[in-house]
Amino acid sequence: MSGVDAVLLARAQFAFTIGFHIVLPAFSIGLASYLAVLEALWLATGRSVYLDVFQYWLKIFAVVFGMGVVSGLVMAYEFGTNWARFSDKAGPVIGPLMGYEVLTAFFLEGGFLGIMLFGRERVGRAVHFIATALVAIGTLTSAFWILAANSWMQTPQGHTLSPDGRFLPDDWWAIIFNPSFPYRLVHMVIASYLSVAFTVGAVGAYHLLRDAQSQAPRVMFSMAMWMAVLVAPVQMVVGDLHGLNTRQYQPAKIAALEGDWETRPGTPLILFGMPDMQQERTDWAVEIPHLGALILTHDWNGTVQGLKEFPPADRPNSPVVFWAFRIMVGLGLLMVGVGLWAAWLRARGRLYTARWLPRAVLAMAPSGYVALLAGWTVTEVGRQPFTVHGLLRTVDSASPIGLPGVAASLAGIVVVYTIIFGSGFYFLIRMMRRPPQVGESGPPIGVPTRSAGITPAAALQDGQAP
Amino acid sequence: MTLPVVWAGLIAFAVLAYVLLDGFDLGVGILFTAERREADRDVMVNSIAPVWDGNETWLVFGGGGLFAVFPFAYAVIMPALYPAIVTMLLALMFRGVGFEFRFRATTERGRIWWDRAFCAGSTIAAFCQGLVLGGLLQGIHVEGRDYAGGWWDWLTGFTVLCGVAVVAGYALQGACWLVWRSQGGLQDRCRSHARRLGIAMLGFIVVVSLWTPLLNPIFMQRWFGWPGILLTSPVPILVALVAWLLWRSLASPLHHATPLLCAQAWFVLCYAGLGISLWPLIVPPDITIWDAAAPAASQKFLLVGAVVLIPVILGYTGYAYWVFRGKLQAGAHYH
Repeated sequence: MSGVDAVLLARAQFAFTIGFHIVLPAFSIGLASYLAVLEALWLATGRSVYLDVFQYWLKIFAVVFGMGVVSGLVMAYEFGTNWARFSDKAGPVIGPLMGYEVLTAFFLEGGFLGIMLFGRERVGRAVHFIATALVAIGTLTSAFWILAANSWMQTPQGHTLSPDGRFLPDDWWAIIFNPSFPYRLVHMVIASYLSVAFTVGAVGAYHLLRDAQSQAPRVMFSMAMWMAVLVAPVQMVVGDLHGLNTRQYQPAKIAALEGDWETRPGTPLILFGMPDMQQERTDWAVEIPHLGALILTHDWNGTVQGLKEFPPADRPNSPVVFWAFRIMVGLGLLMVGVGLWAAWLRARGRLYTARWLPRAVLAMAPSGYVALLAGWTVTEVGRQPFTVHGLLRTVDSASPIGLPGVAASLAGIVVVYTIIFGSGFYFLIRMMRRPPQVGESGPPIGVPTRSAGITPAAALQDGQAP
Repeated sequence: MTLPVVWAGLIAFAVLAYVLLDGFDLGVGILFTAERREADRDVMVNSIAPVWDGNETWLVFGGGGLFAVFPFAYAVIMPALYPAIVTMLLALMFRGVGFEFRFRATTERGRIWWDRAFCAGSTIAAFCQGLVLGGLLQGIHVEGRDYAGGWWDWLTGFTVLCGVAVVAGYALQGACWLVWRSQGGLQDRCRSHARRLGIAMLGFIVVVSLWTPLLNPIFMQRWFGWPGILLTSPVPILVALVAWLLWRSLASPLHHATPLLCAQAWFVLCYAGLGISLWPLIVPPDITIWDAAAPAASQKFLLVGAVVLIPVILGYTGYAYWVFRGKLQAGAHYH
């Protein structure tokens, strides 16, 4: 029994660490691209407001990126500490994908982050922009590899199983471009962009509510609302395609997130309800006839498999997946709504003077991250009770580490994460509450890192000649 | 047969790169609260802020690479050294966020606490890395494909000694880095730190080197048996030569970069000694690099990327260092 409990705690630890972590790369992915766009706009138009917005968010990026790096480092070793058997068996497939992530993404980010943050006065404009663009490309490349790895765990292919249960790679192309990968990658990258759009929009909204004439908040708010109206609907379409793909390869996940127990033609859509794993039914279900079939099969009388089709030992936890899915979709619909509202106000020339839209956007500041966490809950809890879908069970993946070890490390992690991310969140909120300035400065440590070798005149004036 | 050898070399290179690059970063952190003046602390942080993230990436590559190409070794080393690894990771978190957070602290007290966290995180991370090194050297008990030892197997006098030695060694690298990159009073103090740390480091090298062969008869045979001794005897001679060079260069105001090169040469020599002891084991006392190797398909696939990308990575990492070259100005304040 204690073995099961240690596995549960190891899962809790993974959920906790990945839950904190995933928000930060999502923020970094979206923000790095946004910064690259801002710098490009500044270089192309010469409008200083773009540089101000760039510098404002660059300081925030420095904090977010730092937290993402350290929480990611924990992930890189957690596979070994808590999931040693998974590492031994799936390492030959997953490991090289992560290795490529380090080689193509992490080094790129690490190499050019310093120049991006602190190097604006040391390198030319073009080189600085290249550094920003390379960091942004690095974040996207990182998403590429990690989502390939995750998607392979969802829809594994391109390998053979050795007699001792190890996954031996045969075809790397098939492994990387596994069936769910394109959908998951696009869905995640868009989610990152939308998350950052609503954060940037909320910060713009907050400052617009105080001073509707200020230029930098207008730029933030306007760009964010363009993203909402253009990209949020795209995300709904991508999500729908992702769902169709999941129905094909992971039907149990779909049954769990729909709360469907019976297999029947013309499956209804259960809007709300409470799936009960013991009684094998969904209580208090509010259903719309045929809509489930229409959405999932694009056919009025289509058939969707219910959870009873799968042995009880192979069913994901339906209540968790069911509700996480509704939170994600609900927030997605709200984002689309805000985007349309903003487009309507923009068409009438009232985008910056409206009072209720910025308040709504402010309230939705964390919506992207909440939706993203809910979405990951759907896909990860929905893959249970397997780590490699259908092939390797979670209970067979854990380390031979007893309950006290996992419990102690979990306690340590909770304490440290609370301190570090609590402080980081506080610093970020403070930074975002400060209105952007005309002539905004760069990250703080950029200023004194002038070397005598590069600015000899200044150095001589200071009497600091080498 | 040769693929695991190539990969063992690459992983060894990544770990060495980490020890040399993040070594001085962590060393600067270890020395951090020894410097009382805020201006000096700013110089210390600023000297590494633009490069620390790239440096730490070598640790991710070392761990990730092990996962990819020697998954069996990864799957037994991590559970065997569980408490040390988890503590190291948590300590590195405090170090990593310290760069930004100390500038963001709203009160003087807050900044002092983040300074302390930065220093403690660096010191504990270095200590844990020494524990991991010692724990690996003294051997890991494996049955089947699982770690089969207890919680505290790794905690011995030897591993604690290795932990303290790595703290001293990183602090030496940090002091020498600052001799190179700072000027004025800070540089003078770092020269004297480096002298004391150099003596301590030399002592640790001697003790660890004498203790290691006693851990395992294979190590003993390697170092003192014939013909191995032909290969091993130059190592202590070179260590002594570097000690002399380090001492001379620290005494001379003309030398700025030489002490760091000497400190790092010591690390390279110790590392070579480690390689001599371990080869071809990856997890003593029994698991060789061939036992632990991932299937050739995995090793080949990642090797293509590594061969193409590592030179590129070294190129742009070098460029990043070059952009931030030169002495830092003491007393300059951020806004």
